[in-house]
Amino acid sequence: MAEAFGAPRARAARPAPRLWLAGGWLFIVGIAALLAPLLAPHDPLYQDLFLNRLPPFWAAGAEPGYWLGTDSLGRDVLSRLIYGARIAFIVAFVAGTAACVIGATLGLLAGYFGGWTDRVISRIVDIWMAFPPVLFAILLVAVLGTGLLSVIIAIAVIDWTRFCRVVRAEAMQQRAMEYVDSARVAGFSRWRILAREVLPNVMPSIVVLLSLEMGIAVIVEAILSFVNLSISSDAPTWGGMIAEGRASIYQAWWVLVFPLVALFLTVLAFSQFGEGLKNRFDPVLR
Amino acid sequence: MTTPPAVTPALEIRNLSVALGGDRRHRLLRSVNLTVAPGEVHGLVGESGAGKSMIGKTVFGILPGAARVVEGEIHFHGRDILGLPKRELRTLRGREMALIPQDPLTALNPSRRIGPQITDRLVKILGHSQADANRRARALLDEVSIRDPDRVMRAYPHELSGGMRQRVLIAEAFVAEPKLIVADEPTTALDVTVQRRILGLIAAMQARHGAALLFVTHDLGVVAKVCQSVSVLFGGHVVEQGRTGDILAAPQTEYTRALLAATPRYDRPDAELTPVAPKITAALTLENEWADMQYAR
Repeated sequence: MAEAFGAPRARAARPAPRLWLAGGWLFIVGIAALLAPLLAPHDPLYQDLFLNRLPPFWAAGAEPGYWLGTDSLGRDVLSRLIYGARIAFIVAFVAGTAACVIGATLGLLAGYFGGWTDRVISRIVDIWMAFPPVLFAILLVAVLGTGLLSVIIAIAVIDWTRFCRVVRAEAMQQRAMEYVDSARVAGFSRWRILAREVLPNVMPSIVVLLSLEMGIAVIVEAILSFVNLSISSDAPTWGGMIAEGRASIYQAWWVLVFPLVALFLTVLAFSQFGEGLKNRFDPVLR
Repeated sequence: MTTPPAVTPALEIRNLSVALGGDRRHRLLRSVNLTVAPGEVHGLVGESGAGKSMIGKTVFGILPGAARVVEGEIHFHGRDILGLPKRELRTLRGREMALIPQDPLTALNPSRRIGPQITDRLVKILGHSQADANRRARALLDEVSIRDPDRVMRAYPHELSGGMRQRVLIAEAFVAEPKLIVADEPTTALDVTVQRRILGLIAAMQARHGAALLFVTHDLGVVAKVCQSVSVLFGGHVVEQGRTGDILAAPQTEYTRALLAATPRYDRPDAELTPVAPKITAALTLENEWADMQYAR
């Protein structure tokens, strides 16, 4: 599989600011998520009502050590942000990957085999996409019960259709190429052709979609936390912080704004990172 | 036909009909009969939609979409391959048959290097060692006049020109010494200057390796150059069939005569070209439809 992604020799390395900026931000957030217990200056759950609504460090009345201030219960915003990154990343990677594996597999099968396989899978996708996704997610979590696993399951179950559609179309297109015929004449089995000939050519699109999907998973998780249907209510999630910050937006804007900015940048970074990767590693496009 | 009966033909197609969705009223191939002796080059000529490529695809079992064989037999060195179980047919294809595809731009997998694409069949189907297969691939690339085989084997398809890719595909077709090769308009996608060289190359490779070759083309000039025998097709029906020399010198049907008159010739560059008259094709279409009605009954 390795040679499928190898960049051709003799290609001038073009600077890709999009890739590096997006990758840089994701790297920072990733490190924060990974090393949260080491990096966070305070316990994200520790409440101190005497220190509530402290402003961020540059404002008057800021307390040293509470860089981004505290919320209305006196919890450190920076620490909660860092721990929130942990949950956001876990959801992004696990739910995104799960949706990708389910959707891409079904899409490949539908696109490559066609016929009734395609008809069955495509009809399921049509029906699936008729549900409003956020309501569907809320319903699922309500049924499954709150918790990290339920959130992940809900996102994967809803968003696989996105992969399925695109991958199906791409697989159909690749299947019509003569190299697939050549491989069939050479005596290779359909599964081998699917894995070795078709999949590598669909891979660039899958990578882009996966990256987009990770961003979407972060949003969906935030939405679910916002309506208090994600993980336990006091767990530090960006969506939960936004929901809490909303109540005190006039007294303590920082409780709302910092998680909002983190969320925005992360989602943007995921989508740009995917595009950047695609442009860099698709051997045909360039 | 002209093949001496003592030799088992490399390919013998008997009464082959292919139809969309198995519906006998809409046949793509209409009771085609065809014999190719071992080492012979047989041309399939006709306009687009005449079913030329369809014959090759049926032999390989790679019919597109809803097309199905509704009647007939295909014998490969005496074995009826339509009745073979899938797995056996696959092995047989891998060992004995190869395809030189039409469009060199889409016939190589864009995301894999050339080397493994050539050696895959040897290593994965025929069980050669990778080193052995590489040696063989290098020799074949050399044979198709590629100057730096090692560099080409490491290259991706998009790094090569169309002509180079077609050479690679020819090398790939001969890599396992197949007994039957179908060349599906192998020069159509190339520009004219490259066409003649590639054509000569295919003919030379075929002569040297001795595979039977089914040469699909719409160009009677190409047929005259490389084919010993030829079938002229219209609407999936064989209009005329025989030794190339006989047919080109004295075509028996009006359609072949019209096709010849419409083909530019290198030896008579000033000769006037006349398109195939609509009344000839209309008559043939009517004949085909009549045959279909009889057939579907």
